[in-house]
Amino acid sequence: MDSVDQYVARADALYHDVSYRSVAEWKTRTGKKAAGHLPVYAPREIIDAAGMLPVAMHGAGDQVEIIRGDAYFQSYICQLPRSTIELAMSGRLDDIDAFLFPSTCDVIRNLSGMWKMLFPKKFVRYLDLPQNFDRKVAGRFWAGELRHLYADLCALNGTTPSDDALRLSLARFSANRRAVASLMALRASEPWRAPAAEAYLIIRAGDVMPVEEHTAFIEGYLAAAQGADRPMRDYTRVVVTGAFCEQPPLELIRTLERAGCYLVWDDFTVGARFLEGDVSLAGDPIEALAQAFLNQSVKNACVYEPDGKKGEWLVNTVRDTRADGVVFAAPSFCDPALLEQPMLVTALERAGIPHTSFKYAENLGQFQVIREQAGTFSDGLRLWSNA
Amino acid sequence: MSTEQSAAVKEPSMLQQKEMIAEHFRELSRTGETKKKVVYTFVPGNLTELLLAFDVLPVHPEINALQSAMRQKAGAYIGEAERIGHSEDVCTYVKCDIGMKRLGNVGPTGEVLPKPDLLLLSYTGCFTFMKWFELLRQEYDCPVVMLHTPYQGDGEITPTMTQYMVEQIRQQVIPALEKLTGKSFDEERLRELMRLSARAEDDMVAVLESAKHKPSPIDAYFGGVYYIGPMFTAFRGTQGAVDYYAQLRRECNQRIAAGEGPITPEGTSPKERFRLIVEGPPNWTHFREFWKMFHDEGAVVVASTYTKVGGTYDLGFRHDPTNPLESLAQYCMGCYTNRNLPQRLDMIVKYADEYSADGLLINSVKSCNSFSAGQLMLLREFERRTGKPGGFIETDLVDARYFSAANVKNRIESYLQMIVQKRTAGAASVDLAAAASLVRSLPVINQGGAA
Ligand code: SF4
Ligand code: SF4
Repeated sequence: MDSVDQYVARADALYHDVSYRSVAEWKTRTGKKAAGHLPVYAPREIIDAAGMLPVAMHGAGDQVEIIRGDAYFQSYICQLPRSTIELAMSGRLDDIDAFLFPSTCDVIRNLSGMWKMLFPKKFVRYLDLPQNFDRKVAGRFWAGELRHLYADLCALNGTTPSDDALRLSLARFSANRRAVASLMALRASEPWRAPAAEAYLIIRAGDVMPVEEHTAFIEGYLAAAQGADRPMRDYTRVVVTGAFCEQPPLELIRTLERAGCYLVWDDFTVGARFLEGDVSLAGDPIEALAQAFLNQSVKNACVYEPDGKKGEWLVNTVRDTRADGVVFAAPSFCDPALLEQPMLVTALERAGIPHTSFKYAENLGQFQVIREQAGTFSDGLRLWSNA
Repeated sequence: MSTEQSAAVKEPSMLQQKEMIAEHFRELSRTGETKKKVVYTFVPGNLTELLLAFDVLPVHPEINALQSAMRQKAGAYIGEAERIGHSEDVCTYVKCDIGMKRLGNVGPTGEVLPKPDLLLLSYTGCFTFMKWFELLRQEYDCPVVMLHTPYQGDGEITPTMTQYMVEQIRQQVIPALEKLTGKSFDEERLRELMRLSARAEDDMVAVLESAKHKPSPIDAYFGGVYYIGPMFTAFRGTQGAVDYYAQLRRECNQRIAAGEGPITPEGTSPKERFRLIVEGPPNWTHFREFWKMFHDEGAVVVASTYTKVGGTYDLGFRHDPTNPLESLAQYCMGCYTNRNLPQRLDMIVKYADEYSADGLLINSVKSCNSFSAGQLMLLREFERRTGKPGGFIETDLVDARYFSAANVKNRIESYLQMIVQKRTAGAASVDLAAAASLVRSLPVINQGGAA
């Protein structure tokens, strides 16, 4: 069995591979194509079943200097689309054959149109996730969209559509979500065993790893982490939310922990666990995946909440993870996260849950202010719980 | 006609519109007695005919927000929303609306607006709409019905998209309205309203297209926002809207016949020096000042994209009473911000040609990612495809903090200067070409020294 450090080193190398060399190697090895998608949710099962490598793209973080990307966006638009354009214009995305743009927000939506104009030879698809959650009406629509996508990706990759291939992919991703859930559970129960930045890297490795390999990778890491001797610290326990699309720099995640906060739950990589539980293998696999989105998806700012119980999930998450408070961490200018925040705050305040908030950009380089803020919050929580 | 005199001129259509709006707000203020139900909904993808078929009164929060800005109330409202935790980064329409509600919900006519009995979330072309009504649901604790309009990601409307919309309208929106009003859906009534819509739409398109004349009898951006008013809000499908657009069309025709330019708050436009296309919403806090910057330079907007957010009638769409629900679905999906970026570019390029425009000016508003994300690319592609110059200014919708008059004026002036230079260069290059052809046609006297 590899050590924790070995797992983390591998995940760290993949995280820093902004030229997607691992994708190019996979393509050479298999002779197949790769399909990238932007945050938050994309039906990766469909890509996998078409025999392609699903690649979750999260911008370039703080790893690439933006030279061309800024010329495409005004100063009041978040960072993620600039770094994504930068990666593409600098040839780093050349190995990605298809690009899927989910309906996360209007920036990603419009980026899909820009992509069509900038890269006319690439396969580009906007994924209009249903915002109506009626099982029949939206189910029919979303299943139709998924079928269309599956047929087109199969054609692109030269594979034959098949229900068996789809079922195999559904099963693979269900297994992967179970592994991710186990890692999240460890974070909630014994956060010192799987520090936030480390767990983050392990999950992010699934951005580019084939799904079965990633599931085994998480399981291996979990076994190693559970056996590792790591001290428990007197940290407060916090839930972090708002960071589901443009990602915080790794150093920011470390900063929060160094400031005395165990991150017992976060939505950094929520795209990898957007569906909760297994997708049914009975019946038509595309219908099953469509229904899973309608009935088993997490609550997130980028999708509509038909029941009006805004923030109930957050209050429950705080209770389930025995968190002391909530940190709202949102990318600057992020419509979904920032428009959602006041509603979540209302729910937390009704439940008497303390919270703090800050904004970041993926290429933030200074963490002192956030460290002080998180430290003060953590100290306050400690006083609060002792009072 | 002096500026002072003409500034005071109110054409009959203006008075007509003013009275329509006043009556609508009077009706809203009387709902306590009339027991009419009130439905809040958005301008893009609005189902006005369907709402009117149920005799409910629509309220459009964007309109309230922009009216608040024109009345210089938006600053206080936005401040209130930010004070209670709304981010400075998000759309100011939302904050203006929430702030207005928190500070008493006094509408544009000074009367308190009634609460919504239903929020019809016509989710068309803008992500913020969804959050906006989630926020209002929390404020008012009232039901919401979602109508998800699929986006034209691939630049087309597919049968699956239409079916999805029709099913939502039939199975969710109509039952919600039936429940709200206690009335059954009367398809015949809807058809009748849609027939009236189509008549008004014909006249409105004629008005917008009158800008193809030189000089243009209208300003299709600043003036345009008035012209689209009844069509985009509570009046489509009414006889009032039919009469309004017929009158407006007559007035345009009269100005064309008289060779007159648009009527502006400063008077009839002076000589038309520039013909522009404008992309993006206007700034409302300094609307008149902004317009004046164009007026002073003789710049007339001959086509704008903002006047297509509530429907792209100029591209041929008409409400079709023979197929009412499908037609409502097509209408929603065709709205400007529900079209993908390549479609938006195609429209603008087409305008450049059809309206003989000198160039494209983008007013990029901080609030609106739906419009703004990708505009720099639109600008570049427009220049590449048409060879005409593009200009870029940045303001906001209803937040005066983001309107720097000096800056905007400077940018507009430099942009117009660029057009002049381009014209001069164009003329010069024509001269050069003529000179070159003259040189080519001259007899060869000495070709090569050795000959
Ligand atoms: S960070 Fe927010 S605004 Fe930016 S692309 Fe992601 S969801 Fe959209
Ligand atoms: S984001 Fe744009 S389209 Fe949406 S409500 Fe605000 S101004 Fe309107």
